[in-house]
Amino acid sequence: MPRVIVDVMPKPEILDPQGKAVHGALPRLGFTGITDVRQGKRFELEVDQADEATLAEIAQVAETLLSNPVIEDYAVRVEDGAVEGGTVEDWA
Amino acid sequence: MTRVGVVTFPGSLDDVDARRAVRLAGAEPVALWHGDHDLQGVDAVVLPGGFSYGDYLRCGAIARFAPVMTEVVSAASSGLPVLGICNGFQILCESHLLPGALIRNDHRTFICRDQVLRVENASTAWTVDYEQGQELTIPLKNGEGGFVADAKTIARLEGEGRVVFRYVGTNPNGSIADIAGITNERGNVVGLMPHPEHAVEDLCGPGTDGLGFFTSALRSVLV
Repeated sequence: MPRVIVDVMPKPEILDPQGKAVHGALPRLGFTGITDVRQGKRFELEVDQADEATLAEIAQVAETLLSNPVIEDYAVRVEDGAVEGGTVEDWA
Repeated sequence: MTRVGVVTFPGSLDDVDARRAVRLAGAEPVALWHGDHDLQGVDAVVLPGGFSYGDYLRCGAIARFAPVMTEVVSAASSGLPVLGICNGFQILCESHLLPGALIRNDHRTFICRDQVLRVENASTAWTVDYEQGQELTIPLKNGEGGFVADAKTIARLEGEGRVVFRYVGTNPNGSIADIAGITNERGNVVGLMPHPEHAVEDLCGPGTDGLGFFTSALRSVLV
């Protein structure tokens, strides 16, 4: 069954206190090469089929509920069958 | 007797205090339920503070789609006075009854203190009992109270006198232009982060500066 991913991120001009907090913690842990962190949300939507109509509907969901267009941007994409980083079995 | 509805969502905290404030102002409080398509014929509505739906997704994002909100949005557009306090303000922004949005405080901590506000617009349905420029002290308690909007929206709010309250002294949450509360074009919908319903009796809280919100609504309804 296809899975559709909706990524929601704070708009670049909107202050992201959570990302800032994460970024602030990195040097304390010894990670010094990261210059900025922005924190967003990832939604995984299971659908029967990822056809055009379904994706249009999901874009509407992303716009009205999953994100607030005043402060956030969203991106919709269909995930391909493979699980990133290998399946659970690969790691067993 | 004037009847003022107070909506209870799952996770509302200050609905009982809001109803008490309504009673102290001389009106009859009416408990409204988030799941009902019914405002029971009230003359005004308060969306109280708290954490509706656990603040899941975004503050106010799920409450916006509660059945009662369909009625609130439609009544607001025909002039019903609606006041959103704290989480209620977040719900009004999510519902597009008010512009802008509330984001996490810039200092990243929850804040709880008695806050001084200046009344910038004493002609809305919820502020007619105040004077322009009057300073009020009422409690402020929030984690996500930073008011943001794009520059065009801010300019419009400022230009049309729709900034109703501004923080005095330190800006407690990073709100643009120290904005604590705003109104819609018509002046019947007002949202603010601080809690007037916690400042209605001398025994509890910093005084009675908040009572004027509720007496204002009574007066606006009678006009």
